[in-house]
Amino acid sequence: MNTFISIVRRDLQLAMRQGMDSVMVVAFFILAVMLFPFGVGPEANILARIAAGVIWVAALLSSMLSLERLFQIDYEDGSLELLALQPCALEITVMAKITAHWLTTGLPLLIATPLLAVFMSLPSDGFWALLFTLAIGTPSLSLIGAIGAALILGSRRGGVLLSLLVLPLYIPVLIFGVSAVDGAISGLPIKAHLLIMAGLLVAALPLCPWAGAGAIKQALET
Amino acid sequence: MALFSGENILCFRGERTVFADLSFRIQLGEALVLRGPNGSGKSTLLRLMAGLLKPHDGTITWDGENISDDPEGHNAHLHYVGHADAVKPVLSVHENIVFWANLRANAGPIEAALDAFGIGYLTDVPGRFLSAGQKRRVNLARILASPAELWLLDEPTTALDAEAISDLEREIATHRASGGMVIASTHTEIGLKDARILNLDDFRLTEDAA
Repeated sequence: MNTFISIVRRDLQLAMRQGMDSVMVVAFFILAVMLFPFGVGPEANILARIAAGVIWVAALLSSMLSLERLFQIDYEDGSLELLALQPCALEITVMAKITAHWLTTGLPLLIATPLLAVFMSLPSDGFWALLFTLAIGTPSLSLIGAIGAALILGSRRGGVLLSLLVLPLYIPVLIFGVSAVDGAISGLPIKAHLLIMAGLLVAALPLCPWAGAGAIKQALET
Repeated sequence: MALFSGENILCFRGERTVFADLSFRIQLGEALVLRGPNGSGKSTLLRLMAGLLKPHDGTITWDGENISDDPEGHNAHLHYVGHADAVKPVLSVHENIVFWANLRANAGPIEAALDAFGIGYLTDVPGRFLSAGQKRRVNLARILASPAELWLLDEPTTALDAEAISDLEREIATHRASGGMVIASTHTEIGLKDARILNLDDFRLTEDAA
């Protein structure tokens, strides 16, 4: 547990000092969503219809932006092999790095969402559903993304490969996230959607650090 | 009495056999120096010993127990110094070392570790302002900050000046006197008293034999 906290604290410290990463992710998120009114026109009813989907897709793409660097920097400067040579299981280390990733990208996205919801004139019935689905969906995105980030270690042009690996795996989270918000707007029960999303998160929680640690061990063998 | 040994290790890189039938053993207080030309597998052998790589054949054991049976337990015994120094540019020297020391159960005083390599005056300097030699000293101070029995040093003298090399020789001697083991690969002479030498050239398969 100490190790977990040490690593999360170090990663947050690194993110704070080299700044920019979180700021860039949020800036990308806001800009990407702001393009839609220009693209489809400013009619409030059209924007309201697509708001949930647009915000979700933008959140998903922006959380992927910083994924490439999740393990890459530690891999290049030798920290990753030292982390793998500590007395605690590598899975815990991976989990700690995923947690730090969510705190520096998922959480800022969540904070920026209300602004964008207003901007896209999202009906107020869907507001809490959107926040709640993002709150339980973005941790899943960080978890699933970590597998991709670990698999691309050592490869050139990892960024493109990463999106090819990870985006298909994001689809279930996206489907249930958006349909929960749409359901809430049309007054339908959304409990089932939320339970499935929570289920995805609970399944990803042990599986993704395990798979990520496996991929890192593979990468360190070269 | 801790004993670290390897039996009949076989290792491939790609299609090439790096070394075959290699055995070693080292006890408390001993030092082993790996020698051999570039590409003879010194780094590979050190990574095998650290558990980062798995041998294709043969076993590496600590006190009779295969290290791959309990990798985390083996990690607690060892410190590894590789080619990269793992110094974060935005963290100060002190923060860099504290982070690594806190991952171990037995973190010692950081200041003493820094002074041992003559970098006490750099405590608050961020990693990005350090020279290559200073980074290497930070990396070496890291392994002093949390004691472990086995040191695996891959070319530890790279980028070090004469003064730092003598600091390193002194620390290795102290470490051995307190019952530690050191395995180092090196091209330059470092003064290790009655160290055993393992010449990796002896374990290379010649083309005719294969």
